[in-house]
Amino acid sequence: MNPFILVIGGGKVGANLSRELLANDFEVVVIEQSMRKYAALEKEFEHAAIMGDGTEVTVLEMAGIARADYVIAVTGDDEDNIVICQLATEKYEVKNIIARVNNPINQQTFDLLGVKPTVSSVRTILSMVEHRLPHQRLLSLLNFEEENIQVVECILSDDSVSVGKTLRDLPLPQGILLVLILREHESVIPNGDVELRPDDHLIIITDKGREDEVCDLIVRDREGEC
Amino acid sequence: MKMLIVGCGRVGSTLANLYDKSGHEVSVVDEDEGAAMRLEPEFRGSFFNGVGLDVRVLRDAGIEDTEVCLVATDGDNTNLVVAQIAREQFHIPCVVVRVFDPNRAKFFEARGLKVICPVALTADLMHQAVSDFRGEEDVE
Repeated sequence: MNPFILVIGGGKVGANLSRELLANDFEVVVIEQSMRKYAALEKEFEHAAIMGDGTEVTVLEMAGIARADYVIAVTGDDEDNIVICQLATEKYEVKNIIARVNNPINQQTFDLLGVKPTVSSVRTILSMVEHRLPHQRLLSLLNFEEENIQVVECILSDDSVSVGKTLRDLPLPQGILLVLILREHESVIPNGDVELRPDDHLIIITDKGREDEVCDLIVRDREGEC
Repeated sequence: MKMLIVGCGRVGSTLANLYDKSGHEVSVVDEDEGAAMRLEPEFRGSFFNGVGLDVRVLRDAGIEDTEVCLVATDGDNTNLVVAQIAREQFHIPCVVVRVFDPNRAKFFEARGLKVICPVALTADLMHQAVSDFRGEEDVE
């Protein structure tokens, strides 16, 4: 039997996703609340489209949530996506979920309530832009959600507080670990004698939420802000 | 007592006016600036215009040292998420949340939230009124 995927939210993301899933031989049901969007979905997906509030237990049950292999919440409202995923995992014991984050500021709430994995197109695009065009001197490279640690890259300027210091003289507290220095396209393994220079890219592993501290100790200009 | 009320509709504003009158320190959050009209002219608490889901707004409104958080916006899911933020992130000792849908109310009540479901309450009360009319203890 083909895996059954329940998609909640039939907007651009939900409709395109459903079409692709069907083309890949998954069984799909898509739930949409608005009459207008539902009419278009029904034309294309026929009985695989259901009209209703996908956060209502009765609607979810009618759509077959109890036997869903995957529940994908891609509505335009973050609070709806959170509640859908909480119901799916805790009430119906659905094994696999994906939640869409619309507004990146709500990411912390998804994390807080254990709703994961999440997908945010805004965050993805933002991190690509920042990587190509760094206007900040501290970039997040990698997040380990479970372990609560992250890998960041710091770009030193002429005036950064750490420039001219050797690593021996740079007081890094526990939980902030310098693992690599990228210098003129070469990598330098950090040791106590290495002296930091302008335009060095430092790869640092740190606990989440300590970006300001890293900034303050390493990247900040001698006179001023990060 | 410090109180935070999220949603300044009929329920939220009634509670805000009530607790303000009895001398409590009340903060109110609503995404509609016009909702502040529901607060009485002598209301001495503060009104914050913003989305209750936004943790920054909740912080501005003083959630960090509030004792009681009452959540009654017109969206069930917004209410449920705000109430969980208040409980899980800010550890507010008393969080009460309004949820219209009885199914969602039941589910989140079982997970430990203090939920008020107006739909279930109204049905119960109407049922009771019919019982009273018929002079019976219990109508099944």
